[in-house]
Amino acid sequence: MVTPDAQESDIAGRAEAVVEVQDLVAHYGRHKVLDGVNLSVEAGEIHIIMGGSGSGKSTLLRHLLGLRRVSSGRIRLLGQELEGIHRQALQELRKQIGVSFQGGALLSSMTVGENVTLPLREHTRLDESTMAIMARMKLEVVNLGGFEHFMPSQLSGGMTKRAALARAIVMDPKLLFFDEPSAGLDPVVSAELDELILRLREAMHMSIVVVTHELESAFRIADRITVLDSGRILISDTVEKVKSSPNPRVQDLLNRRPRVEELDADAYLARLTGE
Amino acid sequence: MGFGHRTEGGYAVVELRGDVDLARSPEARALILQFLEQRSDLLVDLSEVAYIDSSGVASLVEGYQVAKKEGLKFGLIGVSEAALSVLRLARLDQVFPIHSDLDARIADDG
Repeated sequence: MVTPDAQESDIAGRAEAVVEVQDLVAHYGRHKVLDGVNLSVEAGEIHIIMGGSGSGKSTLLRHLLGLRRVSSGRIRLLGQELEGIHRQALQELRKQIGVSFQGGALLSSMTVGENVTLPLREHTRLDESTMAIMARMKLEVVNLGGFEHFMPSQLSGGMTKRAALARAIVMDPKLLFFDEPSAGLDPVVSAELDELILRLREAMHMSIVVVTHELESAFRIADRITVLDSGRILISDTVEKVKSSPNPRVQDLLNRRPRVEELDADAYLARLTGE
Repeated sequence: MGFGHRTEGGYAVVELRGDVDLARSPEARALILQFLEQRSDLLVDLSEVAYIDSSGVASLVEGYQVAKKEGLKFGLIGVSEAALSVLRLARLDQVFPIHSDLDARIADDG
């Protein structure tokens, strides 16, 4: 198990960390959703961030993507500090980062091919034919060859996820964030996506951060797993170390045992009566 | 590291070097298309390529397609393992004629 102190010294010692989070704290109103999170993702690693609903994993991802401002703590992506980053530097950074959102986030008014080409139009001045070939290549990679003229509404859930992945990787990003790749998919399609993630890492040497609550998928593809619970990191380690963690809360999560909290009768009564 | 070219064994050989990425693939594409416009049979030598991304591979795909339309010979030589893994991802290793070097290609041409 990695303690926060150990993690900090670990972060300092790693020259090739592509994601570095130090002491990240985040609130929604008065509710603390991230409580001193330290995280390091190495180059070429598939790193899983997992935890139950309300664990803070989605909030952590939003911070990593720069969608929420860091109010306390530090985040560095590909060596760049997010806080105070200049707009142009952020643009450059975003060229090297791909994101596949949970719902796909494809633009419904555009074809699949146009959606996949979008980052190339936004960030490059490549020739039209080059962009078209790149988009079709990435659709082939995600087994959607020939679907470029389809509209997003014509795709199944699994196809939408794969199209979103094609868009996320069209620029050959160094760092790929993948939010809940398996959610809502049948086991076969889910396993296909896992296989694809492994192939991308091998062929493109991408560093891949996957946020998921799917244990089977996490164990299949992870180099390391970070387990979040109530905004704190319980463990950040290899699959084997996570599996054998003595932390009872980690074991609860791995064995799908619901959290049983001791009842504070006074606090409970106060919550019910709104006091 | 600039790209080069030579003429050998009846082929124009485009020598790509270093990184063939978003910044440099337009130059690679232009060079490839230039020789095809001159109706040269063309080989692309990747032996000195350190890294090739999808835009670089797209330039190769476009070149191959143009060569086929024009009835010209096209192929890749000196493909490194790193480049091959990128080609394999999109199953392009099964599409391009790939040879270890020019001599192997010429021998295959018969």
